[in-house]
Amino acid sequence: MSARRLRRRVVSGLMTTLVGVLSFVAVLALVLILGYLVAKGASSLDWSFFVNNPVPAGQSGGGVANAIVGTMIVVGVAALIGLPIGIGTGLYLAEYGSGRLGWIVRFVADVLNGTPSIVVGILAWTWLVRPMGHFSALAGSVALAVLMVPMIARTTEEMVRLVPHSLREAALALGYPRWRTSLRIIARTALAGILTGCLVGVARIAGETAPLLFTALGNLNFTTSVLEPMQTLSLQIFTYGTGPFDEWHRLAWAAALVLMGLVLLLALAARWALRSRHGAAR
Amino acid sequence: MAPPADTRLQLETARLTALYGRRAVVKDVSIPFPVHTVTAVIGPSGCGKSTFLRCLNRMHELSEGGWVTGRVLLDDADIYEPGVDPVRLRRRIGMVFQRPTPFPTMSIYDNVAAGLRVNGGRARAELDAAVESALRRAALWDEVKDRLRHSALALSGGQQQRLCVARALAPEPEVLLLDEPTASLDPAGTQRIEELCQELKRRYTIVIVTHNLQQAARVSDYTAFFYLGNLVELGRTEQLFTKPTEERTEAYITGRFG
Amino acid sequence: MEPLATPEPRWRVLRGVNAGDRWYRAALTGLALTLPLLLVALVGELVVSAWPAIRRFGLPFLWSSVWDPVAGVFGAAPMIFGTIASSLLALLLAVPLALGVAIYLSEFAPKWLRQPVAFLVELLAAIPSVVYGVWGIFVLIPFLRSYVVPPLRATLGWTPFLQGVFYGNSLLAGGVILAIMIVPYIAAVSREVLLAVPAAQREAALGMGATRWEAVWTAVVPYGRAGLIGAIILGLGRALGETMAVTMLIGNRHDIGMSVLQPAYTMAAAIANEFSEATTNLYLSALFEVGLILFVITVAVNGLARLLIWRVARGTAVGSRAL
Repeated sequence: MSARRLRRRVVSGLMTTLVGVLSFVAVLALVLILGYLVAKGASSLDWSFFVNNPVPAGQSGGGVANAIVGTMIVVGVAALIGLPIGIGTGLYLAEYGSGRLGWIVRFVADVLNGTPSIVVGILAWTWLVRPMGHFSALAGSVALAVLMVPMIARTTEEMVRLVPHSLREAALALGYPRWRTSLRIIARTALAGILTGCLVGVARIAGETAPLLFTALGNLNFTTSVLEPMQTLSLQIFTYGTGPFDEWHRLAWAAALVLMGLVLLLALAARWALRSRHGAAR
Repeated sequence: MAPPADTRLQLETARLTALYGRRAVVKDVSIPFPVHTVTAVIGPSGCGKSTFLRCLNRMHELSEGGWVTGRVLLDDADIYEPGVDPVRLRRRIGMVFQRPTPFPTMSIYDNVAAGLRVNGGRARAELDAAVESALRRAALWDEVKDRLRHSALALSGGQQQRLCVARALAPEPEVLLLDEPTASLDPAGTQRIEELCQELKRRYTIVIVTHNLQQAARVSDYTAFFYLGNLVELGRTEQLFTKPTEERTEAYITGRFG
Repeated sequence: MEPLATPEPRWRVLRGVNAGDRWYRAALTGLALTLPLLLVALVGELVVSAWPAIRRFGLPFLWSSVWDPVAGVFGAAPMIFGTIASSLLALLLAVPLALGVAIYLSEFAPKWLRQPVAFLVELLAAIPSVVYGVWGIFVLIPFLRSYVVPPLRATLGWTPFLQGVFYGNSLLAGGVILAIMIVPYIAAVSREVLLAVPAAQREAALGMGATRWEAVWTAVVPYGRAGLIGAIILGLGRALGETMAVTMLIGNRHDIGMSVLQPAYTMAAAIANEFSEATTNLYLSALFEVGLILFVITVAVNGLARLLIWRVARGTAVGSRAL
C-alpha cells in the first residue's frame, strides 16, 4: 500500500514537473524567436534603414522606408474600411442580434474568421485587381478589411455584452431612445474594450502577407498612391528572406524586427487600454 | 379602501394586466395614485410588484415578450394609447432602481444633466441651475458641489443612489417610481433615502416597491399588497398595517409567509 | 373600461414613434448584412472561378498527382496530402506542448506566474507568419539539420519516415514551424476550457485521496474533454490555412512521400507560390479549385471545433478571443 502510494506521489511530482517543463519550452520558443530577431536585426537598424528605399538587387545598403510607409497606408485604409463595418456589425449583434438574422451574421462571422487569408487574397485579386487591370494598395486594403471585419464584429459584440443590463434600463427609464442608449451609454461604457479589440485586429492584419501577395504586390519604389502597387514590411520580409543575397537576409531580419516591434506595440496598447478601464470599473 | 373622491389622481391604473407571452404576472389591477402621496407596493418575491411598477412607465414592454392590457392614466390620459411615444412618456416619469447605476463614463454633473440633455439642448446656465436644484432635492448637493466634474463612481453606494435620484428628478417628472431603492444600501443610506421620500412627496407623486415592511410603514401614505399577481388589498398605510381587512394581508404582514 | 388589447407586443416597440431608433436599426442592420453578402460573394466567386477546372478534371482532381502546367493537367493530391500531413505532424508536436501549458497554467502554476506566462505564450500568436518563416529558414532549419535529424536518423532511420537526404526545406521543417505557431491557440482555448471545469470536480477527487496530478488527469481533464478536443481541432484549423511560414519552409514540391525529410507542398503554399505564374486560364482555375477545397476543409474543421467548444462552454465567450 505504501509503495503504491509512494509511486503515485512520484508520478504526480514528475508530471507536475513535466507540464512545467513544457510551459518552459513554449516560452523558450518565444524567447528564441524574439531573441534572434533582436540579435540578427538590431545591428542593421540605423538611420539609413528607416529613411532609404531599397537599392537594386545585389547592392548593399538601402532601407525599408517605402515598406514602412506602405504598411501604414495599406493597414490604415483597411482599418478605415473595416473598423466602421466591424464595430457597426458588433453593435448590431449586441443590440438586435437575438433574432434569426443575428444568428446568421454570427455564424458567417465565425466562418469568415476561419477562412485562410490566402483565399481572401485571391478573391480580392478577382474583385479588384483583375477589373482594374493592375495591382493596387487598395486591393490589399480591401483584402485586409475582409479579414478584419468578422474579427472586430465578434470582439465588439463580446465587449458590449459585458455592459450590465441595469445601465441600459437606467438610460431607457430616463427617456433615452434606444439608439442613444446604445451609442451614448452602452457603447461608450464598452469603449475601452472595443478599442482593445480594434487594436488587436489592426495588429493582426499588420503582420499579414498572404492576402497582399496578389493585391498590393509590392513595389521597389516609394509611393503613397493607393491605386498603385505598394510595398509593406511583410512583403519586404518575404522577398528578402527568400532571396539569394546575404545582404537581403540581413535586411529581412531587420525588417522582421521592425514589424514585430510594431505588432508588439499595438498588442501592448491593447492591453493598456483595457487595464486603464479597470480603475473606473463598473 | 380608495382615497377620498375629491383628491386629484396623478396616476391611475385601470384593470391593468401585464403578461410575458401568455403568462400573466399582474392580473387586473386598478390602483389610484393621488397627487403628492407616497404609495408603497408590497408583497412576497414573485408577486409581480416590480413588473407592475415597470408598467407605469412602459418599461415592461422592453422585456422579452412583455405586453399589457388595461389602461394606465397619467393625468387622465392613457399612456398605452397608440401614438404615445414611450420615450417622451418616460421623461415625465422618473425611475430609480434597486442598484445604483450611475453612468460610468460620465461625471457627477453629466450624470444629473443626462436626462436634460437628451431632451434637447439647453443653455449652460440653465443646466447648471437645474443640476444644482436636482442635487439639492436629492440631499446630495453639499457633498458633491466641489467635485461635480469628478467621476460618479468615486461616490459611496448611498451617494450613488442619491445621485440616481437627482438624475431622475432633474427632468422635472411628475411621478417618481422607486424599485426597492434601498435594497443594496447600508442603514445610514437607507435612512437618507427614506427621509428624501417624505420631502419629495411635496412636489411629486411617488410609488415605491419594497420588500421591507417597516420601510413601507414608515414612508408611505397608502399601501398596496400584491400576491401572485393580484392586488389583494389597498388602503391607508396605518390602517392596512394595524387592521388589515384581508386574511392574506395579515398573514404576510405578521410574517407568516414571504 | 374597454381593455386595450395589444396582440403584437413586439410590433409596438418596433413601431415606436421614434424615428431615430428606426434609422439606427436600419444603419446597423445594413452594416451587419455585409457579412452574409460577403460570404455568399466569396463562395460564389470561388466556385465560378474554379468551375473550368472542376468541369475539366472532375473528382479525380482530388487524387491525381500530376501537376503539369505546360500540358494543362492538374491534380491536387500532393498538396492535399501535404496539407494534412504537415498539419497532423504539427498537432503531434503541438498538442502535448499546448496541453501541458494549459494544465500547468490552470492547475499548477503559482498565482503570480500565471498572467506573465499566459501573456508570453499568447505573444506567440502575435508573431506574423512571415517572421516565423524567416526564423525558420535561418535558425530552425540549420538547427534541425545539425541537431535533430542525425539523432533521429540514427535511431529511427530504418522507418519510412526518415528516408532520403535532408536538404532543409521539408515536411519536417514545415510541421515543426506549424507546431510552434498553433501552440498558443490550442493552449489559450484549452486553458479556458479547464478553468471552466467546476472546482468541485477537482476537490472531489482530492477528497478521495488522489494526488494533485491524479485529480487533474482523472477528474478535471476528462470533464473538459470535449472542449479540449475542440481546442485541438481549432489548432488544426489554423494549421490548415497557414501560408507564409509553410511556403518558406516546406520545399514546395509536388510530391507525395512518407518521409518527413523530403520537400512537400500544401494547398495554401501552392496558391501563394504559383498564382502569379498561372499563365493560362485553366491553370488559374485549378488554383482556384485548390482554394475552394482549402476553404471547404478549413470551414468544416473550424465548424467542428466550435461545435465541440460550444457544447462545453455553452454560451460563454470561450474560444472567441482573437489574441
